[in-house]
Amino acid sequence: MSPIIIALIPLLPLASFLVLGLFGKKYFAKSGGIIGTLSLTGSALLSLSTAYNYFFVSGKVDGVYQKVEVLKFTWLQFAPGVSIDMGLLLDPISVMMLVVVTFVSLMVHIYSLGYMKGEERFSIYYSFLSLFTFSMLGLVLSTNIFQIYMFWELVGVSSFLLIGYYFNKPSAVAASKKAFIVTRFADLGFLIGILILSFHAETLDFTTLIQRLTDSSSPQLHSAITGGLFGISALTWGLLLVFMGGAGKSAMFPLHIWLPDAMEGPTPVSALIHAATMVVAGVYLVARLFPVFALSCPGALEVVAYVGAVSSLFAAVIACTQTDIKRVLAYSTMSQIGYMMFALGVSGYDGEQGLGFTASMFHLFTHAMFKALLFLGAGAVIHYVHSNEMGDMGGLRKKMPVTHLTFLIACLAIAGVPPLSGFFSKEEILTAAFHSNKLIYGMALFTAGLTAFYMFRLYFSIFWKKDFVVHGHADEHHHGEAPVTMKLPLIILGVLAIVTGFVPFGEFVSSDGEALHSEFHLQMAIAPVAFGLIGILIALVMYKSESALPARVADAMRGLYAGAYRKFYIDEVYLFVTKRILFNLVGRPAAWIDKNMVNGLVDAGGMFAQDGSDELSVWQSGKVQAYAIWFLVGVIGLVVAFVFIS
Amino acid sequence: MEVRDIIFYLIATLILVSGALAVSSRQIFRSAIYLLFGMIGIAGLYFWLQFEFIAAVQIVVYVGGIVVLIIFSIFLTHRVGSDLPEPTYRRSLFAGLASLFAFVLFWKVIKRNEFYADQPMGELSVRRIGEEMLNYNQGGFVLPFEVVSILLLAAMIGCIVIAMKTNPEKI
Amino acid sequence: MEIGLPHLLFVSTALFFIGVYGFLTRRNMITMLMAVELMLNAVNINFVAFNKYLWGGKLDGVFFTIFIIAIAAAETAVAIAIIIHIYRDHSNIDVEDADSLKF
Repeated sequence: MSPIIIALIPLLPLASFLVLGLFGKKYFAKSGGIIGTLSLTGSALLSLSTAYNYFFVSGKVDGVYQKVEVLKFTWLQFAPGVSIDMGLLLDPISVMMLVVVTFVSLMVHIYSLGYMKGEERFSIYYSFLSLFTFSMLGLVLSTNIFQIYMFWELVGVSSFLLIGYYFNKPSAVAASKKAFIVTRFADLGFLIGILILSFHAETLDFTTLIQRLTDSSSPQLHSAITGGLFGISALTWGLLLVFMGGAGKSAMFPLHIWLPDAMEGPTPVSALIHAATMVVAGVYLVARLFPVFALSCPGALEVVAYVGAVSSLFAAVIACTQTDIKRVLAYSTMSQIGYMMFALGVSGYDGEQGLGFTASMFHLFTHAMFKALLFLGAGAVIHYVHSNEMGDMGGLRKKMPVTHLTFLIACLAIAGVPPLSGFFSKEEILTAAFHSNKLIYGMALFTAGLTAFYMFRLYFSIFWKKDFVVHGHADEHHHGEAPVTMKLPLIILGVLAIVTGFVPFGEFVSSDGEALHSEFHLQMAIAPVAFGLIGILIALVMYKSESALPARVADAMRGLYAGAYRKFYIDEVYLFVTKRILFNLVGRPAAWIDKNMVNGLVDAGGMFAQDGSDELSVWQSGKVQAYAIWFLVGVIGLVVAFVFIS
Repeated sequence: MEVRDIIFYLIATLILVSGALAVSSRQIFRSAIYLLFGMIGIAGLYFWLQFEFIAAVQIVVYVGGIVVLIIFSIFLTHRVGSDLPEPTYRRSLFAGLASLFAFVLFWKVIKRNEFYADQPMGELSVRRIGEEMLNYNQGGFVLPFEVVSILLLAAMIGCIVIAMKTNPEKI
Repeated sequence: MEIGLPHLLFVSTALFFIGVYGFLTRRNMITMLMAVELMLNAVNINFVAFNKYLWGGKLDGVFFTIFIIAIAAAETAVAIAIIIHIYRDHSNIDVEDADSLKF
């Protein structure tokens, strides 16, 4: 595991970004995709080999997976002991994320060869994708909390660029701005949290920080616990603020408003960023700092758990009413990330208690596969139908067989039907929740049922319901299903969605590095599967064929339906707060002060000089005798002063 | 009261009255002539002080040169017959008060000092002036002398250039 | 009373300030020039008087007087040349009208 190999993993996409960004339009207008895909293939192969090396060959020492700092150099030194070091850190979760990020990115790159074909800014698209991949890889390999913040911001920028890719559409521009501003606002909390934590721990380095803040005898932990504001310790503040940053990036309630709007970007982008990789950055951050959360600050961990659970339920309810297929998938993502968050929240540290941690990471892994598959399949459907709305679709199972089959596999996976991957990861999460917090367990169970319901509502509406009527042109002229470049990733991801469930994840990833042997409890498995099957059944009855049943059910639950359809008015609340309160109470007075007082001060200075000079210029009359008189007066004055007075 | 003193008082009166009339006369020629008399009075003063050489230089240069030059320029620039305009009352009052005040001030400054003689002056002959002015040792004024001659040359050339009529450009 | 230095200084000071008054008051440029001549002459009397009554051994005052007379002549000539030039442009030599160097 030489540093060069591992450093190449993020550097290959960076090189691709620079080459395509600088020269793409001129030289690589058509072949930009090939270059991007090739560099990603290299990265993916290197990640797989690193993962093989780490997990099976050399990572394990005495049965515990070690944190290996492959590379470390000091970038900026603030004080002795406090410096920003850049480096590459390998530990179970970062290696897992390397595999996930590079692999899903590779699938998206291949898919985009077909989806984005004919786009004018084809190479720019690939350069942005490479930038994103570089930033995400840098994020997961960070050794230092400041380094992760830098890459965090870079990921935000890449997301901004990609959401706003169709910059001619005002809705896309607005959505990219919204995403950036909301996550930036959350990052303010993140930064303050970093400062609090590093101030008390007197270091920015992850390993040292975690070690100091979890060792109950360390002076740093003592200072972090005793310092505080409003009765809450500084450590709790720091962790909560860091979590705020993570919640923004992972679209947890109430910082979730940007995720549905982010669907304005191209669909492969949604698959990569807003399903599999960027949005799990928040979960990754909590997982990275998990020892501090679990051992020193269980209060913050409870907040994490509840936020995750509420977000997942909230999103699931809204997803039942949305008609844009990408929005349904967006809310589904928010819901599944909520699962990952609360799985971390209910977890303990060390051995058996760390089941939640392993389950969360396992779900991250499987979710990346089937959510990317869902998005890519939705992209294929949109590519065929030229519309996002469910109302325009139906009966596509005959026209798009490959897409149909893989989409079905993904829906079954997310609904938690055995023996697909989603079943295993969800079952572990629910087991962990059952053992620590029954309320969250109940919420999660109900959400599982809702998940199955809305996913199959989506499935049936797209592929069954009614026969597909092509708008405008006759059937024969309509183009076929997607090209090979789009079908291949679907097939690969479909296979993975089936088999990844059987990976003994606990052997590799666990809260303390030791292998966690989780057994399969049949009793625990029954409840989620039952809820899932009930959800599927209800969806089948309501949506398999056209019927008036959905409308009657919506009517019966009028209030709740309206609220859910309007996303519970959260956007309106935000708009109200910003427009009415912030703009009027803060913005307008500030603008007034700037325009009148600051400008006024400067203008007054200028006016003073100008008026003064106008007054004084009268003295320059051009008349010699006037000058002579004043000369004389001056001489008299000097004589008086020097002879008589001094 | 010796004759010497009386002569001094007469000459002084001549100088001051001529000067006062020169600056206040309304007709310009009269003003020039009063200036002339003033210059002659000053030459007389130099004679009384027994500096004959300076008196001669005064008459030759000032009276015979400068006043004549002034009269010529009056010819060139003045519409003969009309009177000079009077200054405004405010201007003359202010200037008069300033001059008077300054005069009193300076007189007071002068009066404060005790002037005592160093050694009496000997005869002032042209030979003595020449030997002492134009020697190369300490106290000699040969360099300023030469510089003044260059200055006179420059002034001559300057006057000619400034007062020259330039022909208007032929279109 | 013996005529001494103070008497001569009185004469020169009075003459000087008569010249100052004339310079400040007169409107015609040539009459201003005449006032300047009066001032210069007052200074000459000063130099000569001091030389006679205070510094008997040296003749520096006399020399200065000679130089001043020469330079005054040169300066008068240049001034008149300028006045003639101005007369050509303005066709009058009122000093109140020659104020184009104002703001």
